[in-house]
Amino acid sequence: MFKIYLFSILLLFGLHSFCRAELIRVYAAADLQYALKEIADLYQREHPEDKVELIFGSSGKGAAQIKAGAPYHLFFSADMKYAEELYKEGYLVTKPKPYAVGRIVVWVRKDSGLDPSKFPQILLEAKKIAIANWEHAPYGRAAKEVLQNYEVFDRVKDKLVLGENVSQAASFVYSGAAEVGIIPLSHAISENMKKVGTYFLIPENKHSPIVQGYGITEAGKNLKGVKKFYEFVLSPKAREILKKYGFMVPGEK
Amino acid sequence: MHEINWLPFWLTIKLASITTFLLLLIGILLSYYLAYNRHKINTIIEALLSLPLVLPPTVLGFYLLILFNKQGLIGTLWYKIFNKQLVFHFEGLVVASVIYSLPMMVHPLTAGFRSVPKNLIEASFTLGKSRLETLIRVILPNMKASILTGIVLSFAHTVGEFGVAVMVGGNIEGETRVVSIAIYSAVESMDYKTAHIYALILFFMSFLTLLALYFLNKKWKPYDKA
Repeated sequence: MFKIYLFSILLLFGLHSFCRAELIRVYAAADLQYALKEIADLYQREHPEDKVELIFGSSGKGAAQIKAGAPYHLFFSADMKYAEELYKEGYLVTKPKPYAVGRIVVWVRKDSGLDPSKFPQILLEAKKIAIANWEHAPYGRAAKEVLQNYEVFDRVKDKLVLGENVSQAASFVYSGAAEVGIIPLSHAISENMKKVGTYFLIPENKHSPIVQGYGITEAGKNLKGVKKFYEFVLSPKAREILKKYGFMVPGEK
Repeated sequence: MHEINWLPFWLTIKLASITTFLLLLIGILLSYYLAYNRHKINTIIEALLSLPLVLPPTVLGFYLLILFNKQGLIGTLWYKIFNKQLVFHFEGLVVASVIYSLPMMVHPLTAGFRSVPKNLIEASFTLGKSRLETLIRVILPNMKASILTGIVLSFAHTVGEFGVAVMVGGNIEGETRVVSIAIYSAVESMDYKTAHIYALILFFMSFLTLLALYFLNKKWKPYDKA
């Protein structure tokens, strides 16, 4: 009897490891939600033999998961710090390279009647302000710096709602649950959000530059597709897409 | 037309089926013991088995994460045998779901075992049938309703699992992105259409399963008429 139990358990576990095609598994900071999706689609059109799988979340969470052994092949951070930390500890096998520099905006829904260019006064008028959690999201850190530089952080900190990552913060304002969001430019100019909202671009000098780095992980080091996609991200075509979503790309103004 | 990715559904159904099957085997053994043995220690066991009902899933998820990772107790052992990690893999979700949904199976089964009239069991023993044969041919057929309840509840509970899955599974397509996580992801990326479709399907699926359960339970209740 017990043997039959054991056998069926093993059989069931065995069944599932069938049919796994070659794939490139990417963990990326949530600000890349739209841009990287487009880059991956383009890449897959040019290399139909590869499948790129994208997982988005905060950079800090991704780094923690990679340290815990998550099977990601490439890691796109929203800053250099997390990527460098992983590289130093041996979880990334390539020295982190910058691929984009991000900007942040103040975003409101058009039907909220608020004017985002009246920044930072608009923050005092709003009831809830969505930003990403600065503990593990680089864009959240930048948003916090902005609030501190305008000297309003202490006055608005009770109104802040923290998203686990920038996408969640963006979805808080998008849904109308928060009136104002401090989110990446790349989200604000995505089709979804452009339709229903307006934004104000926060001057670059109000926060430290959001230089974003990426690298190949230990799990992805010998995979051909991973290497190809890694290089593809720096190709002119991919850079065009990044620029379209409001990123600055390294080596250009 | 908006393309719907069915992978999370397939994965969820696979996870829930495997979990329910394993739970049925484990549940029958455990409940059989609990229903027919009276030890002081059973109270402790029963309390332990019910823990997943009251603990926040994140507590369970947190400790499973620690146990399952490469340095963890179970994780190390698993890694040695299968050369694969438990965290962030489907197998890890299966183990987590089995623990998480255990009370959903054990409670109805234990009640079921206790509801089978003692004289039926004793008659079977008197006729010289072994324990195993009595279990399979006398006891289990007389508690069909409880077994069905256990199966449906375990399945449904596993489909609905989120907190544990998000902590030990991550959000990996085809591996750990079950429907509940896919909905969360879709809302986060403002893809409300996908979220609506997934959520509505889940809604009707759950409703129909429960409907079937209540219907069959009514039909199969043999002892309340007498």
